[in-house]
Amino acid sequence: MAVVTNSSMNRKRNKSEIMNRAVAYVFLIIGALIMTVPFLWMLSTSLKEPGLVFEMPPRWIPENIIWDNYKVVLTESDLLGGFMNTMAVTLPPTIVGLFASAIAAYAFGRMDFPGKNIFFMALLATMMIPGVVLMVPSFILYKYLGWIDSWKPLMIPGMFGAAGTVFFLRQFFKTIPSELEDAAKMDGLSPFGIFMRIVVPLSKPALATQAIFGFLGGYNDYMGPLIYLNSPEKYTLQLVLATFQDAYNAEWTLIMAGSVLALIPTVILFFFAQRYFIEGITLTGMKG
Amino acid sequence: MSSSSYLFPRKRESNMTRSLSLKQDNPIGAKRRFNKDYVWAYLFISAPIVGFMIFGFIPLSYSVYISFTKFDGFNAPDLNGLENYRLLFQDPLIWKTTVNTFYAALGIPIGMVISLGIAIALNQKIAGINFFRTAFFLPTISSVVALTLLWKWVFNSDFGILNQLLGYAGIQGPAWLNEENWAMPAMIIQGVWGGLGFNMVLYLAALQGVPATLYEAAEMDGASKWQRFRYITVAGISPTTFFILVTAIIGALQDFVRFRIMTGGGPNFSTMTSVYYLFENAFRYMNMGFASAMAWVLGIVIMIITLINFLMSKRWVHYE
Repeated sequence: MAVVTNSSMNRKRNKSEIMNRAVAYVFLIIGALIMTVPFLWMLSTSLKEPGLVFEMPPRWIPENIIWDNYKVVLTESDLLGGFMNTMAVTLPPTIVGLFASAIAAYAFGRMDFPGKNIFFMALLATMMIPGVVLMVPSFILYKYLGWIDSWKPLMIPGMFGAAGTVFFLRQFFKTIPSELEDAAKMDGLSPFGIFMRIVVPLSKPALATQAIFGFLGGYNDYMGPLIYLNSPEKYTLQLVLATFQDAYNAEWTLIMAGSVLALIPTVILFFFAQRYFIEGITLTGMKG
Repeated sequence: MSSSSYLFPRKRESNMTRSLSLKQDNPIGAKRRFNKDYVWAYLFISAPIVGFMIFGFIPLSYSVYISFTKFDGFNAPDLNGLENYRLLFQDPLIWKTTVNTFYAALGIPIGMVISLGIAIALNQKIAGINFFRTAFFLPTISSVVALTLLWKWVFNSDFGILNQLLGYAGIQGPAWLNEENWAMPAMIIQGVWGGLGFNMVLYLAALQGVPATLYEAAEMDGASKWQRFRYITVAGISPTTFFILVTAIIGALQDFVRFRIMTGGGPNFSTMTSVYYLFENAFRYMNMGFASAMAWVLGIVIMIITLINFLMSKRWVHYE
């Protein structure tokens, strides 16, 4: 197209493109500042001496950088214990649930059986039920099962897989070419063998995306632990962090230090798996 | 291919004919093999289906019943007909929390416009796109608890950074979370800030999916910048706008955690949302029957709004 346009039009376009980009940069830099300033403020607060957070005007870079707040939070509070609890509660259902979802997704995506559509629609229908409707009756069910004040309500339901994950992976499995599968069938591999040896190795990125989102959901969950756990020694990280508000009333240096610590694992995860985050979200949106 | 692979099906075929020979001679040998695969398939889908039955269908059905009873979670539920539903319409806090919930949802269009702006800016072949993307995305991966504690500190009326910055501009900031009129705007600001990254990623992908040839053709036809934006960009990304709108509304109508940590629903119930009030009824006052009735009404409202969204979408969402 550019070949047809004459040079003056080209120049005009270049000029407007430069303008566009300049505006974009200004907009993005202001935006990025608004996004990051609260985080920097959190970091700065967490490194200050307790009395100095009420200094006027506030200092962005503390005169003396103090690591004591982190020491206090790590030794005096139950944050570390909460972190270990979170890992124990989150990892098994993430892995087992992913397997359950994936193998169901394989059946829905690539196998034929009577009633397939009905089962699939039923599963999809569960995604439409607002979570709030389940809050009370789930509590009653777990109470009846004797699961209250244990990790079971946070772990066991997730191990059966999740409708959203089944849907996502089914879409993905449908894109795998069938030649490999046919060859494996000729070799006498069972459907389970095909799934484990052909489908899973080909789907690692999609599975990783779902694993990351599953883990993140569990790690950041606050409502579940809030409803089901009573004993402080069973508290997950988010629950422990939430108690900081009362435990360290207005001691913002300690509250911010705890918040920074709670964010570190997910930030590290994000930096190593950025691609999966972006792809996962993008694909979720595409189905809409 | 090895010879064993030929042997295997042959062996199966002989099994096959033996079992079917009574009825008819079936030389295809496909039926039996399929049946065996059915068993595999049912086994494969069993976990989510069983999980849905136990943790979805049973509690859901039970909660319909509970919503017609007086139930404290300990003693046996006591049937009281439509009493809970009648009380729903008389409880002044139900109305207040409903209005609050919709007020808080005003953040949705604001957030969508800003995140589209960011996505458009990022789409201009910007250097440092990774830095910007990470900056906007950080809240998305952060825990709600940490973020809300952080914002409580940002909104602190005396020592918070927001009023400090406003002070530099000569503005005396309000006491945000402690003022009845300012607490909800503060929550909207926090919500918009936290949701930008997710929507921005979706919009960026959508923008990259709009064919460049459309823009070139429109430019050749003399379409203005605004016309190109309005008729190509906005139309091209409308499926994504629709997806964000639907999921954001469903999420906003159930928003609760950040309110519980940041404001506790106050001051004077000005930031108590529907689900927060439901939670209080269920787990604080132990009115589980009433809470179940609330949940069903809210659930049905959510489903109706989603349905309306889908019906309206035919007018403005353009699929290729």
